[in-house]
Amino acid sequence: MQEITNNRTNPLIDPTLHVWHYEVPAYLFLGGVVAGVMILTGLCALWRPNEQKSRGFSLIPWASPILLSVGMFFLWLDLEDPWNAWRFYMVLKPTSPMSWGSWILLAIYPASILLALTGTPREMREKWIARLPLRKQIEGLASWADNRIPLLAVLNVTFGALLGIYTGVLLGTMAARPLWNSAILGPLFLVSGLSTGAAFMLLYKLAESERQVLSRVDMGLIVVELLVIGIWMIELASGGAASREALALFFGGPYTAAFWTLVIALGLVTPFVGELIEIRHKVVPGRVLAVLVLVGGFALRWIVVYAGQHAGWVSDIALR
Amino acid sequence: MANERYGMVVDTRTCVGCNACVIGCMTENDVPAGHTRDWVFSETTGMFPNLQMTVRSERCNHCEDAPCVSVCPTGASHIGPGETVQVNPKRCSGCKVCIAACPYDARYIDPNSGAVDKCTFCMHRIENGVPTTSCQDICPTGSIVFGDLNDPNSEISRLLASREHYTLSPDAGTRPKHFFLK
Repeated sequence: MQEITNNRTNPLIDPTLHVWHYEVPAYLFLGGVVAGVMILTGLCALWRPNEQKSRGFSLIPWASPILLSVGMFFLWLDLEDPWNAWRFYMVLKPTSPMSWGSWILLAIYPASILLALTGTPREMREKWIARLPLRKQIEGLASWADNRIPLLAVLNVTFGALLGIYTGVLLGTMAARPLWNSAILGPLFLVSGLSTGAAFMLLYKLAESERQVLSRVDMGLIVVELLVIGIWMIELASGGAASREALALFFGGPYTAAFWTLVIALGLVTPFVGELIEIRHKVVPGRVLAVLVLVGGFALRWIVVYAGQHAGWVSDIALR
Repeated sequence: MANERYGMVVDTRTCVGCNACVIGCMTENDVPAGHTRDWVFSETTGMFPNLQMTVRSERCNHCEDAPCVSVCPTGASHIGPGETVQVNPKRCSGCKVCIAACPYDARYIDPNSGAVDKCTFCMHRIENGVPTTSCQDICPTGSIVFGDLNDPNSEISRLLASREHYTLSPDAGTRPKHFFLK
């Protein structure tokens, strides 16, 4: 028999850690979508610069700064002292992924907005700029960007990848939380971001050929994501007692049903099978499967954030 | 305070779990209601009548390799005087990453300021010449000893040299400066 009593009563910590709520998974999800959109649109601008794109496709890059702003708003809501948020930009601490993440977020705005400007149809862009103050300067900036599309594309791919990876590394560096404490979380969030990014792009009004390419890209990414989740689980299963206890949250523990139904079945396997059927029967990919991928991507962030806080060192083990 | 390296020991043989340290700390540091900087942990193992009980007073471990300090994005959590782990509330935005990074769950958010807070080893007393922490002062069994680990003649160094001791979750790799005597 083992009986433990502890009279610590700190809110947010006892009985189990629960410092992060809906705001953090919401940011991680939106950050992932932005990372995916930046990488995919960047690669498209780099590899297919002269291809005729649909109007819907050419407007997609604008989603990056908009969704990122929504995500950063959620992050800001999570702060206990939100008016101290400017303190993030007073230092750059190499040991803190949150610190370099906050600087990456700043770099994303100019890179994504300039790429979005270059892709926007000319007559539309001129109409927009005509309504803005500092018209001449913005026009100058836009034509400067027009001549540097490869550079901007590379910057979008780079910062998109950094954004996708850092959100996972942020959780992965915490030795105190065994479920998160894995280097694979960075790649997992990156590939999930790419997959949700492709799904998000499928929500736009696109040409048939564009839908087909995106749908196939998404299928490949789903397979990679399933493999990465498998590797993550093998790592946890072959780790120490704390890691195995953390993995048990998905195998019989309180997150079992949510993880296997929302993330694996609904968010990954169903869209994959659906996309396969679409290809077989030459159906133009629609939006339903894309929505499922987005739901799965959100559920993954939600469950990883919540379950990760559930798993700790001091809770049941390491008591000597 | 040039070469000091402060630490603490708690004698688990003499600690009776009376909670005086918890109340003393709350009073000394004006800890907000419902929050604790130190706490009493007790573990009972065995089958009646063959039972064994461990009681210990716990708090921030003031780790040498403190994860809360390395993950802090604003530099609010830092290594302070005597190699203790301290928080500068003016710099803290309340992102809570340090709370998540601490394997000992020693940190909390001060509801009044929104900044993170925790045990300071009563640095306001030590820096003003009071040689003891408030939990040590109030402990009726003398189980808590604070002192300089770099001074071989300090009481804490002599206790650690002569008694078997352990730290919490050493596998977390944080090298705590808070020890428990067996």
